[in-house]
Amino acid sequence: MTTAKKSLLAGFMPWFGGQPSTGGTTEIARPKGEPMNEHIVKSYEEEFALLDRKIAQMGGLAEHILGQSFDALERRDPQLAEQVVKADKQIDQLERDIEEQVISMIARRQPLANDLRHVMAALRITGDLERIGDLAKNIAKRALAIAHESHPKPLMTGLRHMGELALSQLKDVLDAYAARNADRALSVWREDENIDSMYNSLFRELLTYMMEDPRNIGLSTHLLFGAKNIERVGDHTTNIAETIHFLVKGTNITDDRPKSDETSSTLFSKD
Amino acid sequence: MLNVTTPELERPAHIGSASDTKVVAKDVNVYYGEKHALHNVSVNIPDRGVMAFIGPSGCGKSTFLRCINRMNDTIPICRVTGKITIDGEDIYDPSLDVVQLRARVGMVFQKPNPFPKSIYENVAYGPRIHGLAGSKAELDQIVQSSLERAALWKEVKDRLNDPGTGLSGGQQQRLCIARAVAVSPEVILMDEPCSALDPIATAKVEELIDELKKNFCIIIVTHSMQQAARVSQRTAFFHLGVLVEEGATNDIFTNPTDQRTQDYITGRFG
Repeated sequence: MTTAKKSLLAGFMPWFGGQPSTGGTTEIARPKGEPMNEHIVKSYEEEFALLDRKIAQMGGLAEHILGQSFDALERRDPQLAEQVVKADKQIDQLERDIEEQVISMIARRQPLANDLRHVMAALRITGDLERIGDLAKNIAKRALAIAHESHPKPLMTGLRHMGELALSQLKDVLDAYAARNADRALSVWREDENIDSMYNSLFRELLTYMMEDPRNIGLSTHLLFGAKNIERVGDHTTNIAETIHFLVKGTNITDDRPKSDETSSTLFSKD
Repeated sequence: MLNVTTPELERPAHIGSASDTKVVAKDVNVYYGEKHALHNVSVNIPDRGVMAFIGPSGCGKSTFLRCINRMNDTIPICRVTGKITIDGEDIYDPSLDVVQLRARVGMVFQKPNPFPKSIYENVAYGPRIHGLAGSKAELDQIVQSSLERAALWKEVKDRLNDPGTGLSGGQQQRLCIARAVAVSPEVILMDEPCSALDPIATAKVEELIDELKKNFCIIIVTHSMQQAARVSQRTAFFHLGVLVEEGATNDIFTNPTDQRTQDYITGRFG
């Protein structure tokens, strides 16, 4: 697998250049294509720009180490795995940094309306990105644990596909944030179903593999947790999508998300 | 016996419902000579609640507030068209007694303006001229309960004969509120009641507004977004003489529907 694709966030544009999205009854009445007015107080405007730069950086980093963690697992590369574990610390630092900035902005600026949604969204997205970083770190640790075992090819292929899907979902959602595009966020939100169904089939395959030979249990368990971690990345990605919808439209997504993770209610017997 | 009902929590359910509407404005236009200051303002103001009027200076919010007790009548070049009713009664009806109207609709101004008389007289003046008290004892009772309602009683009860102008700014403003409350109004208009007060005095007035809204219809004009957000249940945004948007305070401050509202409350107006 290639290393994580850089999201559009790397070339992030000023936050107020968001495209007006279509549809929705609560949409602010704004002439199409017209950029949002800037704050009268320039330093306030700059604080928002800084906040979004930090989120872009954090998102880019989370994407990057997630990709690296898959690579480390697939290539059985302990060095790469170590790198991921280290890089996760940077993500944690960024989270604290963003949190502090948001608290300070709330205290000093008392943001309202879309500004209030903006700082709340920043806080929520940061939390999700931090968890994604942790999950990447956990995958990397498992890569270290099973670096010297032989990997069953079909299972690894399944895991890789699932990882690629989660990664592209994460990239899409970060782009949707940069562009303030609620429709794009909504489509990411809907597609999480695919990750869930891949997880279901991997779950079954891994159980079968374990049942075939108890010596596979150690490796399979690590791979199962790896798959579960990827499935959790998908969930955090949908959280971010929900946050973007709230940020842009001011309302929560009301549909029920299609869910297909059935593993928590699945029981396997030998028959 | 324990009283577990909390009228505060029950209120939002009926706020805004037709039966609870106190003041109704329909197509109100105000002209100062040639200048068209207010354009077709229509709004329903609920009873027993606080409605905040916000908007930039000169947007017409104070002008509209002053229509509700016909304060604009005192300005010769001012002309008001449209209809304003309180409990269904047209307040611009020629047969209506304006003095009586102003007893029903009290007003508190930006700058505390106690009469240059004693604290007692400041509060007793209204009830006396409106003949609300039959005896000195009754008047004393009204003065005390009004000062209590204005959360000022404890601070002034031992110096009721001192001049009202000798109180601190925050106390003077609460004295003015006590004076407004003394004539048992139905509606209280407040035109930036806290803009001359420090944060502690402001908090006391806001606490008072919270108390008063249980019994009165309160309309407050404020330049402080945070104050509007804190004290009101409904907020109306005025801009260039137009009522742009009116709605539940929570919605206005988290998710306004009009671009102009959003720009104003987030500090984006050019």
